[in-house]
Amino acid sequence: MELKGKAHVFGDDINTDYIISGKYKFKTLDMDELGKHVMEDLDPDFSSKVEPGDFLVAGMNFGCGSSREQAPRALLASGIQIVLARSFARIFFRNAINCGLVVMECDTEGIETGDEMTADLTTGEIKNLTHAFTRQAQPLPDVMIRILQEGGLVEYIKKYGTFQEI
Amino acid sequence: MGQTLTEKIFSRKANHPVKAGDLVIAEVDMAMGQDGTTPLALRSFQEMGTDRVLHPERIVFVIDHNAPSPLEAVSALHDVMRDFASRHGIRLFDAGCGVCHELMVGQGLVVPGDLVVGADSHTCTYGALGVFSTGVGSTELAAVMVTGKLWFKVPETVRVIMDGTLSPGVFSKDIMLHLASRKGADWATYQVLEFSGPVVDKLGVEERLTITNMVVEMGAKAGLIAPDEKTLKWLEGRAKRQYESLQPDPDATYAETVEVDCSSLAPQVALPHRVDTVTSIEDLPTVPIQQAFLGTCTNGRAQDIEIAAKILKGHTVHPQVRFIVAPASQDIMVQALRKGWIETLVRANAIVVPPGCGPCVGTHQGIPGDGWNVISTANRNFKGRMGNSKAFIYLASPATVAASAVAGEISDPREYFQ
Repeated sequence: MELKGKAHVFGDDINTDYIISGKYKFKTLDMDELGKHVMEDLDPDFSSKVEPGDFLVAGMNFGCGSSREQAPRALLASGIQIVLARSFARIFFRNAINCGLVVMECDTEGIETGDEMTADLTTGEIKNLTHAFTRQAQPLPDVMIRILQEGGLVEYIKKYGTFQEI
Repeated sequence: MGQTLTEKIFSRKANHPVKAGDLVIAEVDMAMGQDGTTPLALRSFQEMGTDRVLHPERIVFVIDHNAPSPLEAVSALHDVMRDFASRHGIRLFDAGCGVCHELMVGQGLVVPGDLVVGADSHTCTYGALGVFSTGVGSTELAAVMVTGKLWFKVPETVRVIMDGTLSPGVFSKDIMLHLASRKGADWATYQVLEFSGPVVDKLGVEERLTITNMVVEMGAKAGLIAPDEKTLKWLEGRAKRQYESLQPDPDATYAETVEVDCSSLAPQVALPHRVDTVTSIEDLPTVPIQQAFLGTCTNGRAQDIEIAAKILKGHTVHPQVRFIVAPASQDIMVQALRKGWIETLVRANAIVVPPGCGPCVGTHQGIPGDGWNVISTANRNFKGRMGNSKAFIYLASPATVAASAVAGEISDPREYFQ
């Protein structure tokens, strides 16, 4: 499965408060509403710049901070379909997979906002079409691939009733 | 080959011997959700197509992040939690009971050797009692409610040895800010930090909880302190279940060993907007403050309030400063009332708010104004964290926060401890 979209680049240590501020997340479960406020403390116009299918690209420790699942869900609602980062905070990484947001760990140096990107989930190959380079992402553990294949943890539990032996 | 404390706990919960790096499905002893994460968990639960909570006695809900409710919409979400809890026989601590993490340990709901998850990143706090506890998302909480289990990658362990002796006026919070500064906010991602050494041995359980609370600020999945006499004594009359006090094997394999010399440590301050940008208080230029906050799952316990009351005794809060105090639980609030600490603080013009998260998460009870400098005992100072992205949050120990509230600028508390 290959994803294709335009890159939106941020730096290191993008925390969940930056992704979606606590002041919004307590008020509503409406993810489309939360999606309008994604990343706004760093870029007030961010949500209007995103087109469905775009890539969010970051440095180290993406998604650090709180356990709020609203962070990956609001990113999905804003149109982002995949996050590429050099490393992720672990709760965010799990939450993203559980919600069906693709996350891949790879060297993101040299990717610029606006670059046309592709990502192959099976091979882990990341291509920058604008600057013509390729990067290799870390493979996901099998249990995560299975959850992603089912479309998230809700669908996985609905189908199997419990966790399958790994 | 020897096992770390983490490997021992996971071996018991997965029913076979495991080592770091293994993927396991493990039984969860307790799972907790708060009002910022549980409503979404309940939606996921419903979407999973069942109405059965497998072990309701292992689930705890706490209304603490936005409590009492400041908005109609929030009141409605709280009602969703209350209705679900009462239908399924789930224990719920309502607004005013206290901060979820303080309740989980203070009410004896978690015991050494447990595997605990919570839909809150600071669930790692319980590690001070030898509990493997870690934060998860809402949908994972729902999955635990349905199945009683969760998948984990058994993490490797980094050993942190705290050597020397802490000087008067320097606390476990200062050690953790120093460690964050030395190692960085993503140092221990996917790993466990296991703390030991003479300083840890000397600290009481309350100060140890501050240590394990802060590990997620360095990326760690959990923080652990092996139970000792103090832990067992603290659990007497409190622990709700039988437990086995597990210890790491002497020949366990560690990913790394880090030593921290605490003897030369001065009070530490984290600067806006990062927990790992830290300076010793002597090196800090004059920083006037407009708000000070004492509370949270990091530093809202009895000892913290006692320290603040001792500093405020015979002084008043600086006229330019709002000093907000949120005891972490009802028990702590009552103890602080009986001991006269609350009276001292209120007479000194501090603002005491109900037990709960207070202004830490930026929804109510003290949102700072534009350009304000705030000094807080919390664990996070991200831009916008307290509800205003134009405010500047500094983090420090309760002593430093109280001394600063008196002085009107960030101040060294050591003069109060001579």
